Amino acid sequence: MGLGAAGLMAAIAMLAVVWTPYAVDTVDVANRFAGGSLEHPLGTDQYGRDVVSMLMAGAATSLGVGLGAVLIGVVCGVPLGLAAASLTGWRASVIMRGNDLVFAFPALITAAILTTLTGPRAINALVAIGIFNTPVFARLAANSARQVLALDFVAVARLAGKGRARIAVEHVLPNIAPVILTQAATQFAVAVLAEAGLSYVGLGAQPPAVSWGRMLAEGQTLIVLAPQLALWPGIAIALSVLAATVLGEGLRRRLDPRLARFTGE
Amino acid sequence: MVTRALALRLAGRLAGLVGTLLAAAVLVFLALHIMPGDPAELMLGINADPAAVAALREQMGLDEPLFVQFGAWLSGVVVGDFGTSLTYGVPVSTLLMERASVSVPLAVLAVTLTVAVALPVAVAAAVVRDGWADRTAMAGAQILLSVPNIWLGLVGIYVFAVILRWVPAGGFPGWSGGVLAGLTALALPAIALAAPQAAILARLARIAVGEAMDQDYVALARAKGLSARQAAWRHALPTVWAPIVTIIGLQFGFLLAGAIIIETVFSLPGLGRLLFQAVSQRDIPVVEGVVLLVVAAVVVANGICDLLAIASDPRQSARRPVSAGP
Repeated sequence: MGLGAAGLMAAIAMLAVVWTPYAVDTVDVANRFAGGSLEHPLGTDQYGRDVVSMLMAGAATSLGVGLGAVLIGVVCGVPLGLAAASLTGWRASVIMRGNDLVFAFPALITAAILTTLTGPRAINALVAIGIFNTPVFARLAANSARQVLALDFVAVARLAGKGRARIAVEHVLPNIAPVILTQAATQFAVAVLAEAGLSYVGLGAQPPAVSWGRMLAEGQTLIVLAPQLALWPGIAIALSVLAATVLGEGLRRRLDPRLARFTGE
Repeated sequence: MVTRALALRLAGRLAGLVGTLLAAAVLVFLALHIMPGDPAELMLGINADPAAVAALREQMGLDEPLFVQFGAWLSGVVVGDFGTSLTYGVPVSTLLMERASVSVPLAVLAVTLTVAVALPVAVAAAVVRDGWADRTAMAGAQILLSVPNIWLGLVGIYVFAVILRWVPAGGFPGWSGGVLAGLTALALPAIALAAPQAAILARLARIAVGEAMDQDYVALARAKGLSARQAAWRHALPTVWAPIVTIIGLQFGFLLAGAIIIETVFSLPGLGRLLFQAVSQRDIPVVEGVVLLVVAAVVVANGICDLLAIASDPRQSARRPVSAGP
């Protein structure tokens, strides 16, 4: 169910990159604040833009940032975690201490630093959430990798003369991949929520780009006149996050043998 | 009783905490003072008068060697001197104190609400494990944790301020108007902030307490005549207290960052407004101050919860066999 819902969201977001029912960057003042109709199922906003098209374009931004942020976290974090688990002594503790340090910087704070340095850019939110994700994946990879490294087949590989790096890539990585994938779904959900927050306060997507967080911010200014404009983006965010967390739980149930034993499935 | 091993472990964590704080200060300094090139030029803009840039460089001590700058900055930060705001012209520490008096109570209120709602729900659900009430509560929590807190805030404003007109749509009367007035202004933002985090905590605590309910010591407590509810509160919850406290520590970071965003929703004059203005004005001393304050709060909150988790672990205070004692 989670997979189906997540797949549908992804399909809508990808479709929005190439096509939306109406253009989201043209103003149609004659048609503003229109109610629901056959042409505009959810009506139009203060510039006469079609709300359905806006939501679709917002999906591309929000889910794109979420995906990018998770990719940064996996690509940077997993090798760090594998290294921390494979190495011993000061090198391992430097990596883990560094993780603790980066983890103390909420995505909002990193985004604020990046925006101070480079000015407001949409990419700041993506990078900031990605940086926050890195220690999350590094810790998970390190903890899971240590469990795998204690198993007999790793000792056999070591006896066969394989080096640390080769063991990490050939034996540990395939075994921790399911756990990483499950966490990726969870972090994607966190990233979509974080992106909405950053765009809302102006540290993420910049106009004229459309994002759900910005739609919430614009909707708030019109909350007395047209409360539905703030309603839809919130529902879109909640549905995406819900789809991702349900997907994550489904993956966890299917891929984590330990949990499957506990729940008797 | 605090054993020697426990005391050593606590001291080790405390040293690690101070080390993390120092490293965070270095990182923030490097990021904002050196990386972009010339902060004076950044703050005044590329087309600024070279004389003005030179004067600002002089004022900020940018002509000094890097380690001298860092030493001067850090020795100030340690005693709470973050320099002077470039846009407000007042000490950054004054601004931080003024704004933190909104943000910190908001975050603390949200943490309190989170724990006060999540733990009773989690324990109650664990007691009636796999019954309809458990399933309904956990499904509800899953939906609630998916809802953005900003949106909950907007719904709150629409219902309570626009339709019912019970509360103003935002703003803050200040603590001088009385604690009650202040707390009333923070109530809606705190609820919006706490609800999704309470849902997360309830789900995680429900799993932990549920697993503990399967253990022999809970069965023993039940055999001695305790009800499932009593056994859950007195025996199951204390044994899983450590991971729960660790999660609460992690949530504090989300809640503080969330507080900074939700302040914008409710037009509260907290650290958020200060930070976002400073970012757009490139008021670097203020950005540094807010960033360090938030990071320090996250590190300290995690550290405290870490220490609490170690200290609350029943195995730590259990009497050891004589032969194994020091």
